[in-house]
Amino acid sequence: MNKLEKFKGIQPAWCPGCGNFSILRAFNEAMDELGFEPHDFVIVSGIGQAGKFPHYTRCNTFNGLHGRTLPVATGIKLVNHKLRVFAVAGDGDCYGEGGNHLIHAIRRNIDIKLFVHDNQIYGLTKGQASPTTMKGVVTKTQPFGVFSEQFNPLTLAIALNCSFVARAFAGDISHLKEIIKSAITHKGFSLVDILQPCVSFNKINTFEWYKERVYYLPADYDPTDRVKAFEKSLEWGDRIPLGIIYLTEKPTYEDLIPIIREKTLLEQEPLINRIGDLLAKFY
Amino acid sequence: MDYSIKIGGEAGQGIQTVGDILSHIFAKAGYHVFTHQDYESRIRGGHNFYQIRISDNPITASRTKIDILVALDKESIYQHEKELNQKGHAVYDSSYFREKYDRPNFIDVPFLDLALTHGGSKLMANTVAVGAVIGMLGMNPKIMFEYIEKTFKKKGEEIINSNLRSAEAGYKYAKEKCLTCSFMVSGFESPKMLITGNEAIGAGAIASGLKFYSAYPMTPSTGIFNFVSDHAKDFEIIVEQAEDEIAAVNMAIGASFAGIRAMTGTSGGGFALMVEGISLAGMTETPLVIALAQRPGPATGLPTKTEQADLFFALFAGHGEFPKVLFAPGTPEEAFFLTNKAFDLAEKYQITVVILTDQYLADSQWSYEKFDISKLKYKDYRIRGEEFKRLKEYKRHIFTETGISPLGIPGNYHHLVITDSDEHDEEGHITEDAFIRNKMVEKRLFKKLPLIQKEIEPPKLYGTKEPEILILCWGSTYGIVREVVDELSKSYKVSMLHFSEIFPFPEQKSWIDIIKKSKLIINIEQNATSQFARLLRMETGIKIEKHINRFDGRPFTVDELLEKVYEQIREI
Repeated sequence: MNKLEKFKGIQPAWCPGCGNFSILRAFNEAMDELGFEPHDFVIVSGIGQAGKFPHYTRCNTFNGLHGRTLPVATGIKLVNHKLRVFAVAGDGDCYGEGGNHLIHAIRRNIDIKLFVHDNQIYGLTKGQASPTTMKGVVTKTQPFGVFSEQFNPLTLAIALNCSFVARAFAGDISHLKEIIKSAITHKGFSLVDILQPCVSFNKINTFEWYKERVYYLPADYDPTDRVKAFEKSLEWGDRIPLGIIYLTEKPTYEDLIPIIREKTLLEQEPLINRIGDLLAKFY
Repeated sequence: MDYSIKIGGEAGQGIQTVGDILSHIFAKAGYHVFTHQDYESRIRGGHNFYQIRISDNPITASRTKIDILVALDKESIYQHEKELNQKGHAVYDSSYFREKYDRPNFIDVPFLDLALTHGGSKLMANTVAVGAVIGMLGMNPKIMFEYIEKTFKKKGEEIINSNLRSAEAGYKYAKEKCLTCSFMVSGFESPKMLITGNEAIGAGAIASGLKFYSAYPMTPSTGIFNFVSDHAKDFEIIVEQAEDEIAAVNMAIGASFAGIRAMTGTSGGGFALMVEGISLAGMTETPLVIALAQRPGPATGLPTKTEQADLFFALFAGHGEFPKVLFAPGTPEEAFFLTNKAFDLAEKYQITVVILTDQYLADSQWSYEKFDISKLKYKDYRIRGEEFKRLKEYKRHIFTETGISPLGIPGNYHHLVITDSDEHDEEGHITEDAFIRNKMVEKRLFKKLPLIQKEIEPPKLYGTKEPEILILCWGSTYGIVREVVDELSKSYKVSMLHFSEIFPFPEQKSWIDIIKKSKLIINIEQNATSQFARLLRMETGIKIEKHINRFDGRPFTVDELLEKVYEQIREI
C-alpha cells in the first residue's frame, strides 16, 4: 500500500497543473514523515481554492468562512491545545478578508501553523487582484492596474515578532515539505507563505517566473537576528529568498493561561454543581 | 412601605457606588428591591441617575415619584425635584453647589465636611451620603455597618474604620436634622439576593457548563463579559477578548466544534458583524449561544440607553435558511433559566440560540428569595471518549430520523470530524449534488424545526384568565407592564400576555384564543415599528390595531404607561 494512502481525500477540483497539487503532496509527505495519523490534527480552512485543501487530504476538518480561519482555529486550540491545529488559507483569504485576524493571531502567539497558498491572484472568483498582486498588474477589476502597495506578509509578521516566519515554493516539493515539518515542530505561531503559481489566472507569476527568481537562504543565515530578517523579508523582485526567514522562541498563548496548565479545557468537567456557591454571592 | 430613592449626579461622582451600597443594604434587610440606572456614554460629567425602589411586597419596576432625592449636583435638583412625592425629601451638600435651598424638605448634609472630619478623607463623602439616606429613612444602621465592613474587608482595618465613622456621621446628622422625615421602614427579614439581567445571563451560562466566552466589549453587553471573567478562574472558563466581533463569534464556533459549551455576547453593532458567523453555525450545525443586549440604533445610536428594536434583525440574522431560536427574558430570573435552556437547545439541536435583552434589563437589579437551581438542566449531548470510540463508523452530518447527527469531538478517537460552510455530504465533504442538497435542507431545517417548536413554552398570561383588555409585550417590559396590569385590575378585567420564548412560535397554540377573545388588545413595545406585533401577524395572521411605542431610549415608566393605556381604553 502506498504510504500516503491514509491521507487520500476526495477528488480535487483544482485546475490541472495547479500549484496546490504540489502543496498537497508536500503536506501529506510531511504528515507521514512526522508519523501523524489523520485524526491527530485538524485543518481549519477558509474560502478560495486553498479552502478546499482539507477535503483533499484526510483529517479533522473545519472549512469555514472566507477570512475566518484563524479565529476558528484559535477557538479550537484554546479548547484542546493537545490537538495540532493547522490553518490553510489563500492570499485573498488571509491577507485581505482576514487581515485583522492575522495580526492578532501573531500577537497572541497561539500554537497554530498557518499555511498560506499565495498565488498573488484571486482564483476562485476568476482573476481579480489580491493583496499580494504586484503594483501595476492589470486585472478584470483593476482596469488601470493595481495602485496599492503589494502586501508583504513576511515583513508584517516579523514586525509583530511572529515566532516562525518562512517562505516556500510549490515548485520545490522537498524543500516545502521540510519547511512544513519545521513549522509544525516549532512551538508557537508559524506563518509559511507558499508561492503557488495559478495556471489559470496569473499569467505573470508563473512557475517559470518564480523559478528564475527564487533562491535558498544560505546555511550560515541566522534567522534569529530580527533586523537581518526584516531586511531579508524586504527582498522581492529579481531575487526572492526561500527558507526560514525569522525564528524566535517565546511562550505560547496557551502556556500563559493558568487554568489549562494541567489539563486541556476539553478534559475538564464543567463545574455546574458549584452553582449554589456562585448564587450565594448575590446575597 | 414603598419608597423610591434617586441618586443623581455627574459621571465620576460615585452615583453607582452610593446606589450599589444602598441597594445591597436594603436587600440584606430582606426588603424587595428594584433598581434601574440611566447613564450617558461618558466617563466624567453629564447627568446620570440610579433609582432604587424598596417595598414589603414584590416589585418589578420603578415608579415616577420619588421619596428621597440624593442630589450630588445642581442638575439633579433641577431635573428631579418635580418627581418628589408630597412627603419626599431631597438631601444635598450646599458646599458642593455653593447654594443653599430654603425649602423645608431639603436637607443640607455636609457630605464633604463630615467625610474629612470623621473619615479623614473627602473620598468618604459617598459613604456619608449612604449613612444620611439610612438616617433619613430611620432604618436601624446595623446592616449598613455590616455591609460596609464586608465591602471594604480587602482594603484593611483603617479603610473599614474610616468608612464606618463616615457612615455613622452621615446617619446621625441626617437623623437629627431631618425633622420632617416621616418614613416608616419595615423590620428586617431574611436577606434577599440582588441580581441584574447581565449577571443572571452570566450565572445562567456558568450554571449550564459554559467553558469558553469570546467577545469584544460593547455596552450594554459588557456586564456579561465582566461577570464571566470574574468567575473564569473558579469555574475554569477561558475568556477571550477578540480583535472584533467577527473573531469573537468565529472563536466561539471553533471552541464549540472542539467539544465544549461556548458563548459570545454583544450589542446591535457587534451583532451586525456576527451575522455571517450565525450563518456558519447554521450550516456547520455547531451549537452556539449569543447574548444580544440591545441599545437604540441605527449605527452607534444611543450607546447607553435602551430599546427593543433588534428583534427582526436577530430573527433574520444570517444568510440562507436554517433554524434558530430567540429568547427574550423579562426578568433576571427568567434570564438565568432561559440562558440554561439556550445552552440545552443549542447543543441538543446543534443550532444558534440568541438571548435578547436590552440596557434596561441588563443593568436593572431585581431581588429574589432564591433561584430554584433544581430546575436547571444539564445534559451533555456530545459523543465523547469510549462512546465515540465504540462507533464503527462516524459521519458528522449523517442523515437521521430527527435530523440530528451525532456531535463528535475532533481528535484522538480515530474518527474524523469534518464539516464545511459549503454544502456538504454526510461525511462533511464539500458537494454540489442536488439530491444531497435537498436532503441536507430537510435534515437541518424541516426535521429539526418541529422538534424545536415542541420545546418552546407558550407565552405567559398574567392577570385574569378571561380578560377583556389584553396587553401584549415581550422581553424586558415584563416588570413594567405587570405593575400596570396590577393597577388596572382594580377596575378592569385585564391581563398581560408576555412572550419570552420569542421564536419559533410554540407548537401549543391555545394562547391564540385568549387574544381572539379579548375586546381590547394593546401591544406595547420599546421600539418605533411594533416588530413583535408584526412577527405575531406573520406567524398567526392576527393583526393588532392598538400600539404603545417608546423609542427615545428611556424605559417606559409605570405611571406614564398607565396613562397611555387609559387613553386607549377611553377611546373605545
